[in-house]
Amino acid sequence: MNVNESLIDRPEAVEKQYTTLNLGPTHPATHGIFQNVLTMDGEVIVNAEPTIGYIHRAFEKLAERRPYNQITPITDRLNYCSSPINNIGWHMTVEKLLGTEIPKRVQYLRVIIMELARITDHLVCNAVIGVDTGALTGFVYMFQQREAVYEIYEEICGARLTTNIGRIGGFERDFSQKAWDKINKFLIEFPKVLKEFENLLMRNRIFMDRTIGAGGITSERALSYSFSGPNLRATGIDYDVRVATPYSSYEDFDFVIPVGTNGDVYDRFMVRQEEMWQSLNIIKQAMAKLPEGPFHADVPEFYLPPKQEVYNDMEALIYHFKIVMGETEIPKGEVYHCVEGGNGELGFYLISDGGRTPYRLQFRRPCFIYYQAYPEIIKGSMLSDAILTMSSMNVIAGELDA
Amino acid sequence: MQTVANTSGVSMGEKPPGIEGAGFFATSLEKVVGMARKNSIWPLPFATSCCGIEFMATMGAHYDLARFGSERLSFSPRQADLLMVMGTIAKKMGPVLRQVYEQMAEPRWVLSVGACACSGGIFDTYSVLQGIDRIIPVDVYVPGCPPRPEQIIDGVMKIQHLVETESLRRRESPEYKAMLNKYGIE
Amino acid sequence: MEVSSQERVIATLKEKYEDEILHVETPYNFLTITLKKEKIVEIIRFLYESPDLRFQYLTSLGGIHYPELKQIAVFYQLHNLYSNERLRLKIYLPEENPVTETITSIFAGANWLERETYDFYGVIFEGHPNLKRVLNVEDMIIFPMRKEYPLEDQTRDDKNDDMFGR
Repeated sequence: MNVNESLIDRPEAVEKQYTTLNLGPTHPATHGIFQNVLTMDGEVIVNAEPTIGYIHRAFEKLAERRPYNQITPITDRLNYCSSPINNIGWHMTVEKLLGTEIPKRVQYLRVIIMELARITDHLVCNAVIGVDTGALTGFVYMFQQREAVYEIYEEICGARLTTNIGRIGGFERDFSQKAWDKINKFLIEFPKVLKEFENLLMRNRIFMDRTIGAGGITSERALSYSFSGPNLRATGIDYDVRVATPYSSYEDFDFVIPVGTNGDVYDRFMVRQEEMWQSLNIIKQAMAKLPEGPFHADVPEFYLPPKQEVYNDMEALIYHFKIVMGETEIPKGEVYHCVEGGNGELGFYLISDGGRTPYRLQFRRPCFIYYQAYPEIIKGSMLSDAILTMSSMNVIAGELDA
Repeated sequence: MQTVANTSGVSMGEKPPGIEGAGFFATSLEKVVGMARKNSIWPLPFATSCCGIEFMATMGAHYDLARFGSERLSFSPRQADLLMVMGTIAKKMGPVLRQVYEQMAEPRWVLSVGACACSGGIFDTYSVLQGIDRIIPVDVYVPGCPPRPEQIIDGVMKIQHLVETESLRRRESPEYKAMLNKYGIE
Repeated sequence: MEVSSQERVIATLKEKYEDEILHVETPYNFLTITLKKEKIVEIIRFLYESPDLRFQYLTSLGGIHYPELKQIAVFYQLHNLYSNERLRLKIYLPEENPVTETITSIFAGANWLERETYDFYGVIFEGHPNLKRVLNVEDMIIFPMRKEYPLEDQTRDDKNDDMFGR
């Protein structure tokens, strides 16, 4: 017999009163700054009212003021857990507008960097799902591996987190031997740690009991809410931008798109876990097939010439001056380019009117679009499941608010 | 009674100047309280954006902030000593930060990590607060975008120096109250 | 999208809505159709439900301000996941009174995208369940992404305008 029904049948049944709980902007469990005002019936959530915008930094208006190569540091701060993907996505958008041909070597190097960034993004998300169920150990191990990737970024571009990696047209210098040594070391050591992390959580009965069935969404609702990325693939739809509209030579590589069935927290965890293995596979293939060639395309209007030429050659001096002052010519036009970010389809819609700064730049941010579904997903679930759902959806505040 | 000589070369901490004898050590109360406080600061990580991820790396095993006594992160302002503001504070978030600061009990210190918290950073826009020192008093600023974990630890060590050398009567003094009044905090 | 599939989309749309189409172009091989604003919801519903054009995924929605034309454009980017075709629709609204209908009845994901467009440009979407500001503070009176408003925080007095070009 259902206990609730017996209460309603009795004439002296207690009238239900809902409590309001503020899962405020600063909360240890919400990894990011967003607020949810929950109306709760005991432990069960009846309604949720989200408020975002606590870290709105006006990226789109800022981008209208900056020349094209100065916008890269802004794109860093969108999804700051995997900033190389944002940088390279922006560079590819401008290259599409210019219509430049990018050498094969550059494309393969970009693939290596983007897959490393994807691994770090999924590392954080899976480790945080573990933390929210109470398993802090996995987090400490995974962050140690993130340090290894930070060292690789430092060898290539000098920065750890907000990388500003690459240039419009390629890279500023070829990867040094030390960078390759570090990447090789990472490829040897990381699989062991990832296997250890899997053994901690993947078939752990407590973790499975907590996560299976929590925070599920059907694939029809997910498509209606324009989900993309691991959250959509966990519901069963195999839409991946790398396969649908391949960019930067992804069609040369052989990889599998993992798909879930229920769209719940466990499926998202498993999809991200498998994507990390696939990313390692792609990096190995790229390193094995890496062609020789120039490490940047011939885009003199955007790519700084080497210093020896600037001091000796008039043309290089003029290009250097124009690039630094941001006065380069760019064709007029509208272009949309999307890449597969850590969270889904990250798109850049750029309208240029021939001036030194974009006329309009809209970032299609996956987090902003799929976070709308959060109140619908948690309705009827308990508070601890709601916390777990939020961390499994990998909501990064920088991408949410821009 | 025989004292054991310290031959390993590792010292647990610097002894404040005082008079030592068999089984006792006499020094002023301020120095002992300062030493105890500086080695047990409980931070409140107010992490908003990218600097928050560098903070997570600082708390990790590689850079380990916990060896400075900050093992227990307190997310409740009532139980925290140090408010570490890491990341951009937008104008929408300003009142929330102010409320968290006001709920902290004395003595409290504020560490502003990152260019955005110190001065607005690269975001000179209509929606970003140009530095948290417009709304709350700040003790130590750590610049960087994001600052390396070593810089964050350096900032914490400077806070430790402030904690150690602070007078026990500072929080009751009229100058401190005047400074709080400048920010509109009672 | 190949040229033949683009032409198929244009032909199917022209069968029913010939007079709503103002302009068709394909910048960088991306089919962009400019429409009149009156029947936009009907057209998007037709694109959703029609069995040969199943544009059932909303990629993006946003606004663009053209001060010299005194118009605010709203663009919709749709995607047909079955045959991997993309489409952009643009409607132009007058600057003083940018009002159009909401598409939240077709795509649930348009909810916050329309709120963001309202927040930045002041475009009113009729029929929207909750048209409030989503990213900026609730009591802001201006629509900041319009070109006439400045980017910078106006309360700063320590920056030298000559050197920073504000």
